[in-house]
Amino acid sequence: MRKFVKVLALALSLALSLLFAAAALADSRVRTLQDIKDSGTLVIGVFSDKKPFGYVDENGDYQGYDVYFARRLAQDLGVELKLVSVDAPNRVEYLTSAKVDIILANFTVIPARAEVVDFALPYMKVALGVVSPDSALITTAAQLAGKTLIVSKGTTAETYFAENHPEVRLLKFDTYTEAFNALLDGRGDALSTDNTEVLAWALENPGFTVGIESLGSLDTIAPAVQKGNDTVRAYIDEEIKALAAENFFHADFDATLKDVYGEAVNPDSLVVEGGVTE
Amino acid sequence: MLASALGVLFKGRNLARLLGGLWVTLRLSAVSILLSVALGLALGMVMTLRSPIIRALTRLWLETIRIVPQLVLLFIVYFGLARAFNLQLSGEAAAVVVFVFWGAGEMGDLVRGALTSIPAHQRESGAALGLTRWQINRYVLIPQTLRRLIPQAINLATRMIKTTSLVMIIGVVEVLKISQQIIDASRYDAPQAAVFIYGVVFLMYFMVCWPISLLPGRLEKRWKE
Repeated sequence: MRKFVKVLALALSLALSLLFAAAALADSRVRTLQDIKDSGTLVIGVFSDKKPFGYVDENGDYQGYDVYFARRLAQDLGVELKLVSVDAPNRVEYLTSAKVDIILANFTVIPARAEVVDFALPYMKVALGVVSPDSALITTAAQLAGKTLIVSKGTTAETYFAENHPEVRLLKFDTYTEAFNALLDGRGDALSTDNTEVLAWALENPGFTVGIESLGSLDTIAPAVQKGNDTVRAYIDEEIKALAAENFFHADFDATLKDVYGEAVNPDSLVVEGGVTE
Repeated sequence: MLASALGVLFKGRNLARLLGGLWVTLRLSAVSILLSVALGLALGMVMTLRSPIIRALTRLWLETIRIVPQLVLLFIVYFGLARAFNLQLSGEAAAVVVFVFWGAGEMGDLVRGALTSIPAHQRESGAALGLTRWQINRYVLIPQTLRRLIPQAINLATRMIKTTSLVMIIGVVEVLKISQQIIDASRYDAPQAAVFIYGVVFLMYFMVCWPISLLPGRLEKRWKE
């Protein structure tokens, strides 16, 4: 028996090392534009639970403002599109570990992120908004002192309140779904995320109003690529400039956002054409 | 409200998608549990060895999986290995590696516990009755070990099934992620559907885990006879 177990110990360690060796067969790190063309597949990370920017419809197909642009990027490059579901807290990781070529997940351009990834030209702009129940409406950031504010991990809202309003208690969730459900359940006094998001949500949820429509600086949303992946970034930049001629992002807005925002939002206050923000 | 929530469940391919997600969960769980049991049985026997080196190594393994949350292990294997060594594992492969690493460690400790809990006099009594070494193992030791092992192993299996919901963070779209996608896609039309959809997911997990957790009771009954 003892002898058998000793042989077993040896076999186990062998199996373990084999496992790691097998896993070590991997492909190259940063995929350049040429690599992508050669492989025939462009891998883009999008949200799968953030309507109307990136979500999965009842037929199991990806839809939304970001996805609409992702499809065009792959189409113009003449390759297949592979969409990967990402969440706010792991968007950067997907890029830095080369799991995707591009992140198109409503990624707000901020300096801290620009240190680890490269942003292409913007295709949208936003500020923060705060939504709260009508019965205890929050209209200024000062009113939040000592109250509980719901945010999603890894979002601009989380960073903004942590830095500028440390007196606000933050209740953080991994996904947007959980965060909005928490507000419905009354687990916090208000919820903050991009103003587009809260405006659309408040429209559909009677009893809730966006008390603060624009907070923090006006931010832009742009595609992101791995640090130093210049060929892919240049391709996206050229695409965005070229697409301005056909007002592509206004068409994108009409196709994906208009139903949600209705008359509440003027497309020009969200859409950026040709990467130009005035 | 119920009507609109039911509408969400049967809209388009939503129900089929949820079942597809459940299949991903089941496949991932089944592969992880089977590999964990196989590796764990071997590891458990190895853990009974008195060699200090083996003791230290297995102890390190066990403490690692007990102290580090599975979520962190998933991040390390999926993103960390890719970044540090350019080890590009798919989400499911990374999940299986983590769950087997965790499951085999826990299972190994259960097996070790069950093996060492059999008192020495059982073996000695068998020998006194004139049983051969093989007969002692077959009729005395292994049956007792299994009986002590199975309830805990079942507990581990159901825990592993439920923990697979973490894999959404490394891009594996399983039943819980699909439920969140469905809830989100309908959050403007049917904001109240969330509770209902989560209820359906609850039922799905229940229907998978309940039969498994009934198993020890039935086996106990059978062994009593």
